[in-house]
Amino acid sequence: MNALLVRRAGHYGFIAFCAAAFIFLVAPILVIVPLSFNAEPYFTFTEGMLRLDPDAYSLRWYRNVVEDEAWSRALVNSLIIGSAATLLATALGTLAALGLASPAMPGRALITGILISPMVTPIIIVAVGMFFFYSSIGLGQSYTGLILAHAALGAPFVVITVTATLSGFDRTLLRAAASLGAGPLRSFFRVQLPLIAPGVFSGGLFAFATSFDEVVVVLFMGGLEQRTIPRQMWSGIREQISPSILAVAVFLIAFAVLALFTVQWLRQRSAEAR
Amino acid sequence: MQLRGPRATAVALTLPLLAFIGLSFVAPLGTLLSKSAYEPNVANILPRTLAALDGWDGDGLPPEAAFASLAEELPKARQERTLVRVAGPVNRLKSGMRRVLTRTARQVEKAEYAGSWRETLIGINPAWQEPDTWLAIQAAGARFTLRHYLQALDLERRPDGGIGLRSEESRIYMPLLWRTLLVSLGVTLLCLAIGYPIAHLIATSPPKRSNLLLLMVLVPFWTSLLVRTTAWIVLLQRQGVINSLLVALGITPDSERLEMIYNMTGTFTAMTHVLLPFMVLPLYSVMRSIPPTHMAAAASLGANPVQGFMRVYLPQTLPGIGAGGLLVFILAIGYYITPALVGGRSGQLISNMIAYHVQTSLNWGLAAALSSILLVAVIGLYLIYSRLIGIDRMRLG
Repeated sequence: MNALLVRRAGHYGFIAFCAAAFIFLVAPILVIVPLSFNAEPYFTFTEGMLRLDPDAYSLRWYRNVVEDEAWSRALVNSLIIGSAATLLATALGTLAALGLASPAMPGRALITGILISPMVTPIIIVAVGMFFFYSSIGLGQSYTGLILAHAALGAPFVVITVTATLSGFDRTLLRAAASLGAGPLRSFFRVQLPLIAPGVFSGGLFAFATSFDEVVVVLFMGGLEQRTIPRQMWSGIREQISPSILAVAVFLIAFAVLALFTVQWLRQRSAEAR
Repeated sequence: MQLRGPRATAVALTLPLLAFIGLSFVAPLGTLLSKSAYEPNVANILPRTLAALDGWDGDGLPPEAAFASLAEELPKARQERTLVRVAGPVNRLKSGMRRVLTRTARQVEKAEYAGSWRETLIGINPAWQEPDTWLAIQAAGARFTLRHYLQALDLERRPDGGIGLRSEESRIYMPLLWRTLLVSLGVTLLCLAIGYPIAHLIATSPPKRSNLLLLMVLVPFWTSLLVRTTAWIVLLQRQGVINSLLVALGITPDSERLEMIYNMTGTFTAMTHVLLPFMVLPLYSVMRSIPPTHMAAAASLGANPVQGFMRVYLPQTLPGIGAGGLLVFILAIGYYITPALVGGRSGQLISNMIAYHVQTSLNWGLAAALSSILLVAVIGLYLIYSRLIGIDRMRLG
């Protein structure tokens, strides 16, 4: 009887601990959403908000962001740099993953290690190195420089995701295509690519999210012209912290949730395709 | 090695990305690291002065030729706006030299020639009669130098030429490196302590609930780092949500609001929050593959839950602990953004020091030396990761 009680207490303790841990994970993100509708320039719940008084809520910070040219410019910059870097990273990363997945690939571990390294290298080292290097070849404070930099940071995600998708790819399909007279290019585009497309898309989404959230390289390499959303948030947090930041944060949370669901959906599709 | 057929195709497919990473990523790292030991500026700007100092061993004053060359090369550097590149490094070796050099460069052209350049320069600034001044120029003129590494390791060259530790109060970088390692270790352990139970819960829940719980890990994982850091500022600051709640509940008086951010607590909390998903996801994928029958079998053989956990479950999750732990630790020691935003003065890590030397003190050589020490640590851990877990096994979300 006693042992049962102990076990039960242990079980409830475990559940309580997990609940606290999940609150720790999610609460900070959830707290931001109502606060972004604060009618006052405070970062905490006003009495009116707690009473659910409609007057205590407003869209003023959203209006602020939409009307502020600096933010819309930052959005455009983020989209330009993000999409160009994603295209580059996805194209090169998918090719490399195809090579790495081939059973004939020599030195796979070493080459994968090199291709993945931008993901684990401390970002400050990357940013400072790129600042020196790109300035010395005339690409400092330029879109081109930032696109190249972000493509390098995003490519590892593409390599990892596409490699994972390819590990479930049945290579006999390629032989079947060849036996039916398809050349290597044709069998890639008609057979292999459609099957691994979900993996390629998720990889691209990871690469885009990486660029869309990258601030340190932009901080060191970008000029006033190339301010992105994270860069704009950075100065917002450091200099004049206004609840407009919370409105942008809610937008970024929505983007994250959308990206997450897209990736999950793509994964399901690729699992079903097998 | 034959390069034909499928092998050649495979290699050819990886080449474009390899070349791209080499140019856009490895070359910048190389540029940075080279600055830690190679400093050609002073040697390029004051070539003749340094040549004249070549035979001088620090005894008495250098030859007249050194004074004469300096009197010519300094104003030239001032005109070409390269003087700062000399003044910075020399000033770091002997403080006050920045002013001596800029003033001398400005005044030497107008100064009256006093019979010899030696007299003229000393007339402008008495610092030129100190051998130390010239020794500093001589040392800064070396193209290859290890002094940034010495400084980064808190070592110094003794007057007798030997190398020794700096006095305890002037050691900065090694304590900071230790602090970074300790914070990273602490964050890793905290992530493990929080992540292990929740990964287990996710892995053993029925599918629907498991998906929902997994979502609660993945949403933070995908949410912008800056957003999560902002969220912690909103929660933890003096006028923030938690403090206001504590005051409203009467737990803490208004005058004694807790300092939970802009210090080490802030760094620790926000870093743990950001890195926790990197621990949970590998643990979860390992735990999911452990059949629940194992624990039942242990129990049926007479093991109590603690024994069953220690001898059956835990050993099988070790690969997940290794993968998650190493990944969190690697990411933690290079952390920059979170400490910079919420670390205040006491919560800064080695990355922030590198940024300080690049942006504020402009001591790029030292920044590069610190970077290479950090990079060596990360590469070491990365090699362990690839040995133990395998890079190609890394999974996302």
